[in-house]
Amino acid sequence: MTKEQRLKKRYRAEKRFKMYGLISVSLAVIFVLILVQNIFSKGSSAFSRTMIEVAVNYDSSLLELEGPINQNSLKDADFYDLAVESLLKIYPAKDSKEERQILRLFSPDYEFEIKDFLIKNPNKIDQIVPVKITASDDIDQLNKGNFPRDLPEDRRRVSNYQLNIYDNLIEKEKIDKKFNNYLFTKGDSRDPELAGIGGSLMGSFFTIIICLILSFPIAIMASIYLEEFAPKNKITDFIEININNLAAVPSIVYGLLGLGILLSVMEFPRSTPLVAGITLSLMTLPRIIIPCRASLKAVPPSIREAALSVGASKFQTVFHHVVPLAMPGTLSGTIIGLAQALGETAPLILIGMVAFVVDIPSSPVDPSASLPVQVYLWSEQAERGFVEKTSATIMMLLGFLIVMNFIAVYLRQKFEKKWN
Amino acid sequence: MELNNSKIKIKAKNLNVYYGKKQALFDINLDINQKEVTALIGPSGCGKSTFIRCINRMNDVIDICKVEGSVEIDGAEINEKNVDVVTLREKVGMVFQKPNPFPKSIYDNIAYGPIIHGAAENKDQMDNIVETSLKKAALWDEVKDRLNEPGTSLSGGQQQRLCIARALSVNPEVILMDEPCSALDPIATAKIEELIDDLKKSYTIVIVTHSMAQAVRVSQKTGFFHLGKIIEVDSTDKIFKNPANKMTQDYITGRFG
Repeated sequence: MTKEQRLKKRYRAEKRFKMYGLISVSLAVIFVLILVQNIFSKGSSAFSRTMIEVAVNYDSSLLELEGPINQNSLKDADFYDLAVESLLKIYPAKDSKEERQILRLFSPDYEFEIKDFLIKNPNKIDQIVPVKITASDDIDQLNKGNFPRDLPEDRRRVSNYQLNIYDNLIEKEKIDKKFNNYLFTKGDSRDPELAGIGGSLMGSFFTIIICLILSFPIAIMASIYLEEFAPKNKITDFIEININNLAAVPSIVYGLLGLGILLSVMEFPRSTPLVAGITLSLMTLPRIIIPCRASLKAVPPSIREAALSVGASKFQTVFHHVVPLAMPGTLSGTIIGLAQALGETAPLILIGMVAFVVDIPSSPVDPSASLPVQVYLWSEQAERGFVEKTSATIMMLLGFLIVMNFIAVYLRQKFEKKWN
Repeated sequence: MELNNSKIKIKAKNLNVYYGKKQALFDINLDINQKEVTALIGPSGCGKSTFIRCINRMNDVIDICKVEGSVEIDGAEINEKNVDVVTLREKVGMVFQKPNPFPKSIYDNIAYGPIIHGAAENKDQMDNIVETSLKKAALWDEVKDRLNEPGTSLSGGQQQRLCIARALSVNPEVILMDEPCSALDPIATAKIEELIDDLKKSYTIVIVTHSMAQAVRVSQKTGFFHLGKIIEVDSTDKIFKNPANKMTQDYITGRFG
C-alpha cells in the first residue's frame, strides 16, 4: 500500500466513524421526538372539557325549602329533581329509557354543578338561566373526535338517540369546549371527565418535601464527614463501597423495606406521603451522597492548604471554603436525586399508594396518590377519557422533571466558581 | 556575614519523616536564623518541601505522613500533640508553589485570616490590615481601586503577591515559601525577590527554590538537600563560592540534579 492509499484509507475511516455517530445521535433524537409527539397528541385534548349549555329553571318550589332562601339553606337543599327536570327538557324523550339516555349525556356531577351555580348567583332563583354543565366522558370524547361514529350501534357507547341529541345540540350551538380546570383541581374519580391530578399533585409535593427534608441534611452531613473528616481506614472503605452498592439497589427493594418496617412494625399510616417520603429518602440518600462527595472532592487541595496556612482550623477550612465551593455541585446532585424520586413508582405501589383516593390530601399523613402512580392507575382504566388523562399526567411529570433538571444545570453553571 | 551572632529562630533536631513506608527525610539538623532568608536547594524529590511543611505542621493533613524528631521555634517544641496547630500556623505563614488565592474578592482574601483570628474589631481596623498587608506585599498600588474584584482575576505574579499579603495579614513571625516563583515569568519573579529582600527586615523567611541564582540573590544562608539528607548548610556566600562538599559543588555547577 502506498502512502497515498494509506492516507485515503485513514480519511475514509474517520468519515465512517463520524457517520456512525451521527446516525446514532439522530436515532436517539427521533425516538425522543416520537415519544414526545405521541404523548402530546394524546394528552393535549385533556386540557379542555366539553360543556353542554342547558336552560335551567331554578324553580324554588322543586327545592322543598323551608324558611328563607339564603346560601346556607341552598347548600343543604336537594337539587336532584330540579336538575333532572331542566336537563330532560333539552330534547323530547318518549320513555324513561330515553330519559336515562339524556341524563347520561351529562357528567354525574350535574346536580352539584347546577347547585353551585345558584349558590354563586343566589339572585337567579325562580328564573330560567343558561348554565354550562360538564358533558359525560362519552360526549366529551365524541366532541373531541376520538369516537368512531361509523360503528354499528351495538358496538358504540353512544346510542343513535344520543347522537341525534348531540347533533341537534351542535346545531343549536349549545356545545362548547373550555379549559379543563378539573384536571388540576379535582382528585381521582371513576368518571374520567371528573378525574384530576389535584390529589396526586399534592401527594407528590408532600412526598418530595419530606424526602428533601430527610435526605438533604443527612446526605450533606454524611458526605462532608466521610470526605473531609473521617479517617481513611477499612471501616470507611467498607461504608464507601456500600453507599455505592445502595445506590444500585432496585427501588422496589426500598418499597419492601418501607412495607416491612414503616408499615408493619412501626405502623405508620398506609398510602400516605409521609411513608412515601421516608421510603424514597432511603433510596435517594446514596444517590445524593455520591454526587456530593464528588463535588467536595473536586475542590482543589490548594484551597484547603491556603486556608490551613493562614491558621484556619480543619472545621473552618471545610465550612468556610470547601463546602461553599462544592455547593453548586451538591445542590444539583440533590435536585437530580429528588427528580429521580419524583418519578419513582415501584416502591410507592408496595407501600399502598395505589389506593383509589378521591380526596385531595391536605397533609402528609392523609392517604394520597402520586403523579407516577396516577399514570400507572389511569393507564389500566378502560374508558377512553383516561387515555388522554394518562398522557396529560405524563406531560406534567415530564414538565416537572425538565424544570428540576434545568434548575440543577442553572445552579451549577451560575454559581460554579473558577479557580486555577 | 556573621552567622554565629544571629539569633536562632527555628531549630530542627534529628527530624525524620516517613510517607507510609518510604522515608523522606533522614536525621535533619538545621538551624534557621531570625530575620534572615534561608534558602533550601536540591534536586526534585530531595525533601526540601517536606522539610518546610514540618515547620508549620502542614504534613498533618497528609494521612500517611509520619513525623519524628523535634522542631523548635523560639525554643518551644512544635511536634507535640498538645501544640495547637492553628496558633502555630498563625505564627508561621506559608506561600505555595502555585498561587492559590481563594475564589473571593481581593479584600476578602486578605481579610479571611484576621477574621478567623479576631484581629480586627471593626471595619476601619480591617481596612487598615488589608491596606498594610497589601502594601507590605507591594501590591497595594496595583489593586487599590479594585479590591472587590475576584483575586483569581489578577495575573500570576500579582496572585502570588496576593498570597504573600494574605500570609502577612495575620502577622506571622516566619514565612515559608515553597518555590514561590516557579510558576512566574522573570519580571514577576524579580518583583517577588525584591519583596523577599524587603520582608526579611521583619520576618524570618525560609524559601525552597530550584533556581541557584535566586538563592544567591535573596538568601543569606543556604542548605543543600539530597535524597532526604542535608548535605551542607552554610552562608550562601560560602556555599556558592567555596562549598565544602563535593556533591554541593557538583550540584551548583550543574553537573547533576
